[in-house]
Amino acid sequence: MANLTELKRKVSLKVGGLLRRLLRELKASVPKAVPQIIAILLAFVVGAITLLLTGYSPLEAYGAMLTGAFGDTFGIGQTFTQATPIIFTALAFLFAYKCGLFNIGAEGQFLIGAFTAALVGISFGGLPFFIHIPLALIAGALGGAAWGFIPAVLKAQRGAHEVITTMMLSYVALYLTSYMVNYPFKAPGMVAQTVLIFPSAELPRILQPTQLSASIFLAVLLAVLTQYTLCRTTIGYEVRAIGLNPSAAESGGISIKKGMIMALTISGAIAGLGGAGEVLGTHRRFIESFSPGYGWDGLAVALVGGLHPVGILLASVLFGALRSGGMTMTRVTHVPYDIGSILQALVILFVAAPMLIRYLLKRGGIKWWNS
Amino acid sequence: MRSITKTFPGVVANDKIDFVVEKGEIHGLLGENGAGKTVLMNILYGLYKPDDGKIVVDGKEVDIDSPRAALDLGIGMVHQHFMVVPSLTVMENIVLGREPKKNGILLDTEKALRDVKDFCDRYRLEVDLKAPMLSLPVGVQQRVEILKALYRGANILILDEPTSVLTPQEVQELFKAVQALKQQGKTVVFISHKLREVLAICDRITVLRRGRVVETVEAAETSLSELARMMVGREIHFMFDKKQPENQRVVLKVENVEAVDDRGLPALKDIGFDVRSSEILGIAGVEGNGQTELVEALAGVRKVTAGRILLNDNDVTKASSGKRIQLGASTVPEDRHKRGLIMDFSVMENIILGSHDQPPFAKGLIRTNIKEVLSDAEKLMDSLHLGSRVRINIREVLSGAKMLVASLILGSRGKPTSAKGFVRLDIKQASDYARRLIEEFSIKTPDKDTPAQHLSGGTQQRVVLAREFSRNPKLIIASQPTRGLDIGATEYVRGKLVEMRNHGCAVLLISADLDEIWVLSDRIAVIYEGRIVAVKDPKKTNESELGLLMAGGKSD
Repeated sequence: MANLTELKRKVSLKVGGLLRRLLRELKASVPKAVPQIIAILLAFVVGAITLLLTGYSPLEAYGAMLTGAFGDTFGIGQTFTQATPIIFTALAFLFAYKCGLFNIGAEGQFLIGAFTAALVGISFGGLPFFIHIPLALIAGALGGAAWGFIPAVLKAQRGAHEVITTMMLSYVALYLTSYMVNYPFKAPGMVAQTVLIFPSAELPRILQPTQLSASIFLAVLLAVLTQYTLCRTTIGYEVRAIGLNPSAAESGGISIKKGMIMALTISGAIAGLGGAGEVLGTHRRFIESFSPGYGWDGLAVALVGGLHPVGILLASVLFGALRSGGMTMTRVTHVPYDIGSILQALVILFVAAPMLIRYLLKRGGIKWWNS
Repeated sequence: MRSITKTFPGVVANDKIDFVVEKGEIHGLLGENGAGKTVLMNILYGLYKPDDGKIVVDGKEVDIDSPRAALDLGIGMVHQHFMVVPSLTVMENIVLGREPKKNGILLDTEKALRDVKDFCDRYRLEVDLKAPMLSLPVGVQQRVEILKALYRGANILILDEPTSVLTPQEVQELFKAVQALKQQGKTVVFISHKLREVLAICDRITVLRRGRVVETVEAAETSLSELARMMVGREIHFMFDKKQPENQRVVLKVENVEAVDDRGLPALKDIGFDVRSSEILGIAGVEGNGQTELVEALAGVRKVTAGRILLNDNDVTKASSGKRIQLGASTVPEDRHKRGLIMDFSVMENIILGSHDQPPFAKGLIRTNIKEVLSDAEKLMDSLHLGSRVRINIREVLSGAKMLVASLILGSRGKPTSAKGFVRLDIKQASDYARRLIEEFSIKTPDKDTPAQHLSGGTQQRVVLAREFSRNPKLIIASQPTRGLDIGATEYVRGKLVEMRNHGCAVLLISADLDEIWVLSDRIAVIYEGRIVAVKDPKKTNESELGLLMAGGKSD
């Protein structure tokens, strides 16, 4: 029995240490979040002014938005359903960004991942769920990874700028999947979509009657895994080293090409997993251009989230709430839905734009602009 | 300046400093980095406000609250980092802010050119006025900075560490210019931590240490070692004990190596030499003669277009930088900001760079010690009083699962710790290692998690040395290892290099500082325009012969 208590003690020590570290990190990150929080408040203030100018009551509108987003089970479910895919795409952006790469093609990687997952989902009927689901998820990750791998190789071997190539590949992905569900894989009926996936590939819905699925657990797990990979593994170390100072990384024996390919491929895989989660959990099939721009939202959320997984989780919920609350607001107060979009745009403008500009200036080598 | 005091949070940068400069003299302000030299001069130039004390110029007490006020009093300053507009021409930079105008608005180019030309002639500072600033070498840019200060009417010229960016030739040029200024009746304050230079150019020297004046002395009545003692507060060794080498063998062999620079022009031409164990081979040369490219080619970060590089008899001509590190090559890069350190990384993260993918820092994602896992499981089984049948099953299941996962993730079971890729970074091992090195190399850092950018230049260099020297290297390539360091740090770095040599390491030393080459090298090679033009025994050559070779001349 002594051994058991010993073991218990060890485990509790380990857990205690982990918790302490988490607390310490949270404490340290609070001051860093201040600009973000101010920017979000500012966005709401400017949004209120916009509402006043257009003749609506900001209090009423925001109230409706808040109750819409968090007021009842349906609202909460809707909010988190909207937040889930953005977590994936934001994490995808983050991972490439840490390597100094600007992956703005998460949208395309997301779509391809969704489609490859759907393919596995509509095939292989009769597989047990504990094989079918992972298989479909892996297919999604691989699809996204492939869509990240192409620009990565172009960048490493030919020096093609990833901003251009990832964005172009996004359109390729959009039209490719569009073609696929309009012709070879079109389900009978009017809508350009695949047939429903087999039930064995479905991710369980966790908050009926909303569409919120277990995909959100996957998203949170991935956030943790991303942080772990970046800080506690050699590949994460190399990725960060390349992102911060490629010359020094190279001198330190790190292969820049390999690191970049790795980072962008993993980034694509994360986005692809997000797509898979949407297909397996939310829609249960691939519908033509079903993404309302989750890939692009991911970029904004990563920046609003302060380029940290925890920040990304929080910012995703904010963006999810703006989407779901916006719908309720329109229904209840007749304030146009676009106010929600305006608020999103304002948040991005206040938080992300200055960061983005600074980053691009630094990268563009026009440093004199700053000095 | 009388009794100047300036404190910053946590430090007294200037503590009741009295500093008197006579008209028409060249006054040296000597001190280590952080002694308060620059702070004192920034006060004089109106960039900082002193907490206490007063400034007297030409017998009048003055209040200098801005650089403009300083300029009005005839005080000009040339900073360590130049403040020029790179895209404008030399003339435009000089007249900037005081342009002669045509019709009140347009720049009168002709008049400006004429004015500035007269000016240059008067001070005998030659420079192509129509050249765009960015095309000029550093030494010429500095000359433009001096002209700029003079054009604004400076009578007292403060030069902040003016030689730190210059080649030996440029330093000579600068000294001539400074002498010329003195003859024109200008007063020069020469800030430096380089003893020889201060001694060579100055009339009087004030030594600062930790924010206080140690003494003001006549340059003619002092010596190198006396100044060093005043500056550091203890005796400084300029020579090092070298052990007689035994059983020397060739560690690095370079054969007919050629390489191009960033613009694609040939930078290394038919370079050949070798470095033996227990030897320091010094490569002397004026900067820009291929040293940077040579170091990069040897470190594996620049492609070699011809020739071979052998490291311990392994052909590494095409090997990656990582492979070369594994084979025992360590590099101290010339630019620690660019290649030596990742400034946003912590001291610890910087210290493991290059070893991060090797044990003990890299470990399999899961505990690699299967036995440990199994014995834990067994203990658990025992304590639960389960039968032996179950135990065996658990054993099999566990090891089977582990093998599967390990082979999936690492690709090679059995040797997961040496695999690159998705491998766990053992932070505990890294922390212990970092703490040990911080102790061993006296790295002045609050802790191992402090970002490298928060450390002073000398401390940063210690981090690089700690990393590169503790990897058990067979070859050390040290490029400008003491550039920008103060005298104490310089002594430390040189001592370490000799220590590594005495331990059997082969050391390739590349330095623009001939003194450094001289003091440390067992053999001296001279590089000129990408070629090794001579290899000399330091006992059988002299400074003037080397100087001649460095300048492209032939020796007898």
